[in-house]
Amino acid sequence: MAKHKTPLLDELEKGPWPSFVSDIKREAESRAKNEKGVEYQIPVDVCDDLLGVLELSYNDGETHWKHGGIVGVFGYGGGVIGRYCDQPEQFPGVAHFHTVRVNQPSGLYYTTEFLNQLSDLWELRGSGLTNMHGSTGDIVWLGTTTPQLEEIFYELTHNLDTDLGGSGSNLRTPACCLGMSRCEFACIDAQAICHDFTNEFQDFLHRPAFPYKFKFKFDGCPNGCVASIARSDLSFIGLWKDNIRIDQKAVKAYIGGEIPPNGGAHAGRDWGKFDIQKEIIALCPTQCMWMEGDTLKINDKECNHCMHCINAMPRALRIGEDTGCAMLLGAKAPILDGAQMGTLVVPFIKCEAPYTEIKDLIEKLFEFWMEEGKNRERVGETMKRVGLYKILQVLEVEVDARVVQEPRTNPYIFWKEEEVPGGWDRQIADYRSRHKM
Amino acid sequence: MATVEFKGNNFEVDEDGFLQRFEDWNPDWVEFVMESEGIKEMTDEHQKVLDFLQDYYKKNGIAPMVRILSKVTGYKLKHIYELFPSGPGKGACKMAGLPKPTGCV
Repeated sequence: MAKHKTPLLDELEKGPWPSFVSDIKREAESRAKNEKGVEYQIPVDVCDDLLGVLELSYNDGETHWKHGGIVGVFGYGGGVIGRYCDQPEQFPGVAHFHTVRVNQPSGLYYTTEFLNQLSDLWELRGSGLTNMHGSTGDIVWLGTTTPQLEEIFYELTHNLDTDLGGSGSNLRTPACCLGMSRCEFACIDAQAICHDFTNEFQDFLHRPAFPYKFKFKFDGCPNGCVASIARSDLSFIGLWKDNIRIDQKAVKAYIGGEIPPNGGAHAGRDWGKFDIQKEIIALCPTQCMWMEGDTLKINDKECNHCMHCINAMPRALRIGEDTGCAMLLGAKAPILDGAQMGTLVVPFIKCEAPYTEIKDLIEKLFEFWMEEGKNRERVGETMKRVGLYKILQVLEVEVDARVVQEPRTNPYIFWKEEEVPGGWDRQIADYRSRHKM
Repeated sequence: MATVEFKGNNFEVDEDGFLQRFEDWNPDWVEFVMESEGIKEMTDEHQKVLDFLQDYYKKNGIAPMVRILSKVTGYKLKHIYELFPSGPGKGACKMAGLPKPTGCV
């Protein structure tokens, strides 16, 4: 028998989509029965009370969590998001309801053995509720009490060889698309670099040293399956420098209708017979493709790597062989001065272990931002304030036409004094000798 | 809000054990919090960090950025964690009596 009446939430058990309400109820029931004889370390009815407080919020249209919360484990300055209910008498099971961020494997591949171990630990010391996964990538454990934090951390590190993720003004948990593990578009080993960088920058991840949060994300190609260009301060996007590889026989098979376009992604509706002219050539943003008889031609010098043709004919067109990545800086959500997507700062860089060249750039960037960034200023805002040119100087990369979409239209152009003959030090008397008042 | 009694003081604190009012701070508070923050013995280095945090807060009404704390005390972040295992926010600021850090932590 449920502890609280939840008529509004019960509505959300209807319909075809997996219901979070049914799932939480099932966990509440499982805890009440406790068939495995678990010695629950936090209140048994945590899930019931969570549903109760949520129903209350549904009723009055307001959250019932108190402001903030500072909890954690010794040695780290982040990783746990403290949370307290503002109705602790009514819902004692969620009086403490802290969230633990657990660092996930790159690409989110798991074995059931590992997931079972994680679940056993969380069932014993937490609510049994999770978020798989948080938007940044972490495995998110939803709801435990302060005394359990060190216990969880001990078991996580000693028995499961797993660490916490990041939170606070630091490097947050990096994430990637599944990369070369099962995608023929991957130009870089996104998982490998994500894993390598997570290890390389552990100190920055666990002990907040930055003006504000900072995120890495790694996309294997411009399709952006982990949305690095929108959701990471420093975005890595795989690219190639040479030519798209064309299998003319497969092109003919697409034209002949033997292979469905886009891997059959539009099979749910009749779009008519595949028309390479209309669906590929005419849609190419740089108009660098054409047919010569039944041969597909691409002027690769004009290609901007948008992925459209490759996406549409994956069995006929492949990424080039000279691969690397572009680096884009500064994506952020609106607060404070408006949303930003990543700005291209490095058009192409090789991306092979041990990634020394990229790490050098990152160190220069961190050093500059830690010194110059204002309190709670994302690096994208710092870039806006000091200018893109300053960032390129800091990174010591060449200024390249590709880093702007268009040249500036206003004429408020700064010059360095040494660039201007005679410098800035002028005498008004000298000027007056040639120009009367 | 809970009130803790220690050596004749009544400290009003929140769930995370932060002082509700900076004015309530006195050296007994440090002694009271030490153990829960994993500190066995207060050294001059601990004191230097606390003194700076309090001065900065009194002057500016906010806690200093980590970078500034490091610069002024001369202690690298790593050393600050050696002194205060929970870090400058949860550890040092709490002991210094500063308000709880807020934002996206």
